[in-house]
Formats: sequence, structure tokens, C-alpha cells
Amino acid sequence: MIEGISIYEILTLTTIIFFIGVYGFITRTNLISILISVELIMNASVVNFVIINKYLYPDMLQGVLFSLFIIAVAAAETALAVSIIINLYRQIGSVEVKETEMMKN
Amino acid sequence: MDFSSFLLMRHELILLVIILLLIVAEIFIPQHKKGSIVHLAIFLFGIHTAVGFLGMGDGVLFGGMFRTTGMIHFFKNVLNVGVFIILLQSADWLQEKIVAQHKGTEFFVLMFSSLLGMYFMISSGDFLMFYLGLELSTLPVAALAAYETSKRISSEAGVKLILSAALASGVSLFGISMLYATSGSIYFSEMAEMISVNNLTILGLILFFTGLAFKISLVPFHFWTADVYEGAPISVASYLSVISKGAAVFILMILLFTVFKPLMGIWENMIYIVALATMFIGNLFALRQQNMKRFLAFSSVAQAGFILLGIINGEQLGFATVIYFVLVYIFSNLAAFGVVQAISLQTGKENINDYEGLYRTNPKLSLVMMLALFSLAGIPPVAGFFGKFFLFTAAASKGYYLLVFLAVVNVTISLYYYLLVIRAMFLRKGENPIAFFTSKLYMRLGLVLTVLGIIVLGVYSPLYDYIFELSKGLM
Repeated sequence: MIEGISIYEILTLTTIIFFIGVYGFITRTNLISILISVELIMNASVVNFVIINKYLYPDMLQGVLFSLFIIAVAAAETALAVSIIINLYRQIGSVEVKETEMMKN
Repeated sequence: MDFSSFLLMRHELILLVIILLLIVAEIFIPQHKKGSIVHLAIFLFGIHTAVGFLGMGDGVLFGGMFRTTGMIHFFKNVLNVGVFIILLQSADWLQEKIVAQHKGTEFFVLMFSSLLGMYFMISSGDFLMFYLGLELSTLPVAALAAYETSKRISSEAGVKLILSAALASGVSLFGISMLYATSGSIYFSEMAEMISVNNLTILGLILFFTGLAFKISLVPFHFWTADVYEGAPISVASYLSVISKGAAVFILMILLFTVFKPLMGIWENMIYIVALATMFIGNLFALRQQNMKRFLAFSSVAQAGFILLGIINGEQLGFATVIYFVLVYIFSNLAAFGVVQAISLQTGKENINDYEGLYRTNPKLSLVMMLALFSLAGIPPVAGFFGKFFLFTAAASKGYYLLVFLAVVNVTISLYYYLLVIRAMFLRKGENPIAFFTSKLYMRLGLVLTVLGIIVLGVYSPLYDYIFELSKGLM
């Protein structure tokens, strides 16, 4: 519980972060920037879980535990994504989306 | 202490042991004998599949996080059979291309880890277990999609799959956090009692549904499907199209029918629109494909739309019909992918035009392909017809006559493009048809199993009654 700050302000903040992430995912043209946008989405939900647990249901730790797992899984996800991107970079020397795309229907 | 209750996790434990055994085998088998690891993995997984058919009781472990019922046990067996067929069909490709690059064992370890994630996902009892299972089932497949590291197209498929999967699970998590805010628990059983219709819950439901819709490749979240199927190795594409889709449909159905039952008025409308969009867009895009893998990708998008017709029923009938359809779909799609795999391995050709005159040179393969496509299209003697017929019955029993009518229109469209392939194989002569070749033992075994599945499921009706009985336990 933080003095002087209600749950509404924090939830508004996380929602804004979430939509910045979605916007970035759609508009960015660099694979690494897209990955960063995904991280924003993940972290918005991590903060959501902790805050909801702390403000609304302080007697159980379900939300906090959930957020720990999300952080661990997000790290694994990023590591895998970066390794695939590095492999792609070795072949084409670029991480720009428009140079990546070969397949078009 | 009594450990016998852990036998409820028998599938998971045996698969874990197989994964560890393969890692040990990778260390001890000398480099020039690495080919034997393919036989070892297929043998071990065959035993696992056979042992899986032994009976198992219902039960709950870890304070409700893990549960198993007759239906979940049955569906794990279905997934096992599907993966076993995929392994048989990809054995030759592994021997020729992958073992030569010293990457044979990792393929099996990754595929089995992904299957392990699906086990945990379909028998999860709370959202934490569900999320971990979802991630464990997605991440290894992304690595598998980028498995042919020397091919640029394979890396592109991997990048597309991992980024869209990460976005999907992120959006899904945001939805789960909202559901947690309204109900105060992440356990399915407690949530089902607490959940009520309000705006936050509806938003949570929609965001959560988005995450699974990515995995089932429903429109408008289907953009990754065609590119990933085209770029990834064929065995990985067939894994994505049947196993991963089937498991996601199963857990989506359990959640919608139990946890989100009070919101049924909301998700019915949602699924109505998504089903129409998925069927039409999947079918119309499949019409203009030349590459066989892209063609099957859009056909599998359209099939996902048909599956939603069963889900919209919302009761035991819908559950049983969808499970039956998924079972039929696994066999038919694996047969089609198996033929594509066999031809691609021998000649490297993947376009529909290349199949011209196939019947004259390879009659058996083209008959298997014809049976698979008839089953996918839903032509009466084979299993696919009954699968679709039951789905339409489930939707019609709730009064969705317009939806069923539009679905029948879609079946007609789909018949056209499935017949295009059959025409190329049987009626066209072709300037340089694919020469006659014989596949190896594993591939033939894999194709025979799928053909048996397609024919037996169409003729043997007690199976549907058995599934219907099993699905009582979940409602």
C-alpha cells in the first residue's frame, strides 16, 4: 500500500503501458524494438498482478507469486527470441522487418 | 509418505524420464552412430503411447493446481498418437538432414518438452499452471520452427512465431490479471463461483480469449500461420497444425464451459462473429495458394472456424462433438502433411502444379492424399463427414441455423479447392511428373496409421458414444 496513491492511478498507468506496448508491436520496424514492446506488455501485467494483490486481496499471495513466474518465463522467452534473431542476423546482416520478409502471399 | 497419488501424473513422469534418457543417450552414443538415436526415441515414445492407454483414475494434485479426469486422460492419449505419427513421418527427414548436422537429439527433446507443456496445460486447475503449460508448449516449438539454421526462411518462421506467441501470451496475461481482480483467485474452481457479469470481467475474457485464439489461429489472429507453416520444417508445421491446435481448443473449451459459464451470453456472440470470419477468410485465402504448405495452413485456419461451431453449443454435446472432430482432424491433416513430407523429401517439390500426374507415377501416395483431402472436405464415406455433421448438429441444436447455413456454404467453397489438388493429381498429365519412388519403412507406417484412422473413425461409431460418456465428467 502506498500512501496517497489509490489503485486507480496505478491501474491507469499499467493500462497505458500495455497499450504503448501493443502500439509499438504494430508500428516498429526493427525486430529488437518489437521485442522491447512485448516486454512492456509483460511488465504491465506483472505490475497489475502485484498491485491487485496488494490493494484488493492482501491476505493471499497468489498475485505476487504469479508475477515471479511471469518474470522468469519472460526472461526465457526473450533469450530464445534474441537467439533466433541473432541467427537471422548472421544470414542477412540486418534486423529490419522489411529486409527480413521473404514470404508474401 | 505415500507417493502413489503421483501416479495421476503418469503421462508427465514417463515423458520426463524419456527426455532425460535421450539427453544421457546423446552423451554416450558415439558420433558416427548418432543415427540410432532416432530409432531409440521412436521406440521409447511408442512404449509411452502404449502405456498411456492403461486406465487411470480421476484426481487432483498440488492443492487443485493439477487435475485429471477420464476425458483429460483420453485426450492425452490422442495427443500421444498424433505425435507418434509425426515422429514416424519425420524419421527419414531427421536421418538424412538433421542427424548429419549433429542436431538429432535436440529435435526430440524440444518436441517432447513441448508435448509435456501441453499435458500440463490441458490438466491445469489454475491459471498459473495454465500459463506455465502454455509457455512450455510454445517456446520449444518456436525453436523447432527455426531449426534449419542454414535456411533463411526457417529463421524467419521462427522469428514470426516467437514474436506473435509472446504478444499473445502477454495480452492473455493482462486479461488474466483482470479476471484475478474481479474474482480474487486464480483457481478455476473458486473463480467459477465468484465470477459475475461486469465490464472488467468481459474485458478480461476478451483479452484472455485473444491469447488462445493466436494458438488456434482464428481470424483476426491468423497472420503468422501461413508464413510459419511455409518456413518451418514440415514435421514442425504438422505439429503446429494438429497437436498444438488441438490442445489449445481443449483447454479453451474447458474454460469457456466451466469458468466462464456465467458469461455465456457474451462469448456466444464473440464466437459467432469469429467463427464466420475464420471460415470465410480461411477458405477464400486457401483458394489462391500455390504452395502446398500455405494451402494446408489456410485450410487449417478454416477448419478451426468449423471447430468453433461445436464450441458455441456450450454443453456436453458441443464438447463431445469438438473432441471427436479434433480426433478426425488430427488423422486427416497428418495424412495430408505426411504425403507432402514424403514428396518434399524425395524431390524437394512443394507446389500444387508439381503434383500433376502423380497418380500415374505414385498411385498409393495419391490415394492417401485423396482420402485425406476428402476427409478434410467432409465427403460421406470417410471420417471427416461425420466430424463436420456432428459439429453442425451441435450448433443447430441451439438454434444457430444461419450460422450452420453459412458453414455449409463454406464447406462447398472448401470442396472446390480440395478438388483442385485432386484434379492435378488424377486428371492432369503434367509435363515432367514426379518420378516413381518408394518411401522408407517409418514413413509408410506413419501413412498407413493415418489411413486406418480416417477409415476406422468413419465406420466405427461406438467411439463417439465413448467420448460422449467421458465428457460428462467435465460439465
